[in-house]
Amino acid sequence: MDGVIQLQRQLVDYTASLFHEGFLDEQFNQLQQLQDENNPDFVVEVVSLFFEDSERLLNELAKALEQQCVDFKRIDAHVHQLKGSSSSIGAQRVQKACIAFRNYCDEQNTEGCLKCLQQVKHEYSLVKTKLETLFKLQRRVLAAGGSIPKPI
Amino acid sequence: METCNCVEPQWPAEELLMKYQYISDFFIALAYFSIPLELIYFVKKSAVFPYRWVLVQFGAFIVLCGATHLINLWTFTIHTRTVAIVMTIAKVLTAVVSCITALMLVHIIPDLLSVKTRELFLKNKAAELDREMGLIRTQEETGRHVRMLTHEIRSTLDRHTILKTTLVELGRTLALEECALWMPTRTGLELQLSYTLRPQNPVGYTVPIQLPVINQVFSSNRAVKISPNCPVARIRPFAGKYMPGEVVAVRVPLLHLSNFQINDWPELSTKRYALMVLMLPSDSARQWHAYELELVEVVADQVAVALSHAAILEESMRARDLLMERNVALDLARREAETAIRARNDFLAVMNHEMRTPMHAIIALSSLLQETGLTPEQRLMVETILKSSNLLATLINDVLDLSRLEDGSLQLDLGTFNLRAVFREVLNLIKPIASVKKLPVTLNLAPDLPEYAIGDEKRLMQTILNVVGNAVKFSKEGNISITAFVARPESLRDLRFPDFFPVPSDDHFYLRVQVKDEGLGINPQDIPKLFTKFAQNQSLATRNSGGSGLGLAICKRFVNLMEGHIWIESEGLGKGCTAIFVVKLAILECSNESKHPFMQKGPANHGQTTFSGLKVLVMDDNGVSRMVTKGLLVHLGCDVTTVSSSDECLRVVSLDHKVVFMDVCMPDGFEVAIRIHERFTKRHERPLIVALTGNANKVTKENCMKVGMDGVILKPVSVDKMRGVLSDLLEHRVLFEAM
Repeated sequence: MDGVIQLQRQLVDYTASLFHEGFLDEQFNQLQQLQDENNPDFVVEVVSLFFEDSERLLNELAKALEQQCVDFKRIDAHVHQLKGSSSSIGAQRVQKACIAFRNYCDEQNTEGCLKCLQQVKHEYSLVKTKLETLFKLQRRVLAAGGSIPKPI
Repeated sequence: METCNCVEPQWPAEELLMKYQYISDFFIALAYFSIPLELIYFVKKSAVFPYRWVLVQFGAFIVLCGATHLINLWTFTIHTRTVAIVMTIAKVLTAVVSCITALMLVHIIPDLLSVKTRELFLKNKAAELDREMGLIRTQEETGRHVRMLTHEIRSTLDRHTILKTTLVELGRTLALEECALWMPTRTGLELQLSYTLRPQNPVGYTVPIQLPVINQVFSSNRAVKISPNCPVARIRPFAGKYMPGEVVAVRVPLLHLSNFQINDWPELSTKRYALMVLMLPSDSARQWHAYELELVEVVADQVAVALSHAAILEESMRARDLLMERNVALDLARREAETAIRARNDFLAVMNHEMRTPMHAIIALSSLLQETGLTPEQRLMVETILKSSNLLATLINDVLDLSRLEDGSLQLDLGTFNLRAVFREVLNLIKPIASVKKLPVTLNLAPDLPEYAIGDEKRLMQTILNVVGNAVKFSKEGNISITAFVARPESLRDLRFPDFFPVPSDDHFYLRVQVKDEGLGINPQDIPKLFTKFAQNQSLATRNSGGSGLGLAICKRFVNLMEGHIWIESEGLGKGCTAIFVVKLAILECSNESKHPFMQKGPANHGQTTFSGLKVLVMDDNGVSRMVTKGLLVHLGCDVTTVSSSDECLRVVSLDHKVVFMDVCMPDGFEVAIRIHERFTKRHERPLIVALTGNANKVTKENCMKVGMDGVILKPVSVDKMRGVLSDLLEHRVLFEAM
């Protein structure tokens, strides 16, 4: 029993720290609320979809920026998508980086865009790692017989 | 002897008689000849004699008479016939001329006489004119003096200056020794010496007013000569040797403002007079002339007028000063009031926001907390927190409402609402408390009560809740019954309340609600106090019932705003009480609703909590967003279909879908909306279209409205927000713009 409680506490602390450091925001809580008996893996599914989507978009972005003649419209559309996805799951820092990216797009500033792309990639990889750790912790708690506490 | 033609006189020449005749004739001739000479001489001297030819005639007569007498001298002795003839001719001529003259004189003498009378007449006239000239001159003198005096007097509005000037000028004009003014004292029983010309006279000396001489002067408006020995005149040291100069006194009416009527002049109504005494210098043997007396009378009148003007001016200056003071005070008070009002408004504005914000946070978060997993103790704690915060929020709202109500700035939020649902909700809210106190509550809604009505739902509910709450609060046992029905116009007319005038009309009806309880009752004497704010019924039994005493006061104001009336009937303590109110509501005609997309509404409506089986279509090209939205809707029990493109959406959408959520950032988001509108023309069968967007700008909202969307939601959407959106969309079907 002790172990479960400890694991649970670890999970809660870790989740809290993610929120505290700004990786995740309120929207992630909403997602967790939607998870119930009918939909036990809702959050994991959504986040996996997010990972897939984002990686695809980031590749497209990198390709588009390497072009001779940069098509800022397409880049803007991709960044918009990425922004939407990240805000849907509550990946706050990614979303903010996307907003900055869009500004440079509007200015048609290739240099700035490249820099922002790097930033977004960086944030994305950070949040991906964090979320994967979080899910691992959750699996451990479940394996130990405890339940994932609902967000406060 | 030759016969000579001589005539012999009858008597001898030597006779004495003849001698005397001879001498007389000589002298007569002499005189007769000298008279014309004198006449000529004097007439030549004076040029004005009008009757020259009369003189000539007269001269001729006299000359001839003289000649006759002269020639007569020769007839005393023997004289020739020639002399006799000449004598005869002369006599004849003389006779003729004298007859003519005599005849002339008959005409001339009356003329001469009338000349004389005319001369006398003219002399009299001249004397008269002289006299009149003298009079006019004196009058003119008088007039000049009066004008000058008046000018002097009127040039100042200061009472003292007026009086002093009068005395000085009169003294100068009339060369008086002394001039004094006696004014009546406050008591009116004495005359006090107020002003004199010579400063050494004792000012302040008084004399009783009832002296006969004073009465005499006061009873006439003329200047009256008085004796120098009477008390009013005995004010100067007698310096002369023989006789003190004559003294004249005149009354000066002291006119009060109230004496001036519009149409008549004050005649005998003035009772107060001052006395002006004028004394001629002693030993001058001067007398008071009539024109001097007149002058004095005129001056006295002028002084009276000037004094009244001065009095009027004094009054008006005083009134004006008073007014100015009052104005300043009023201005100050007004500014203070304004400051107070401003301070209160600022305070209210701050209170409004500052107090509501934390309350909102507390209530919102507590309600969210309720939805999470809690242990029973935690749940109880959270519920208590929620209840207390709601009470506090209600109190804040009440107080703020009341201030706004008092201001008159509160306006009803009119809207269509379900009337029966309001009563049901009140019942639901009150049932827990009533059941704790074991008070059965029954609700009787008349069958003809309309389902929907137009009015201020929130405040109506507040009123009903307050009244029912009071019934529960003040009952320890017994039944509580709530009855609601449509009041007939006749029964309304029977209610005789002084300030309630029901006006029946076709599109309004009067809702009458009665809440009867069998509780503590109220003393009929206390009933009027019930509706005054902050006044509580201080009987022991009710002291612990809580409440701030505002409830009924606010209810009354709400009911008044709804053009109704609220009153309480009770037979006395322990006999229960019935609270009745009547309000005017508008009848809902037909489904003439207009739809506006509503902006973010707070977590207010928790109408439906699950929407099981509600068919919903979600269109979003972003996979993650699509999945999240689907998850939200599935959590709420909906049957969700997702599409990722507009073509797919148009293919899939059907009448089964009640709501379509679309991400309008998609390229043809708006077009899809238009197509759906075209396809499903019947309004209540068309699926409702709601836009999901991440941009909160006006342009997006306007575009959504333009294409006829039924709602706009801002991403990200929380569970509560989605719940609220769905229930609003579905339950009302009709959306009014949220305030």
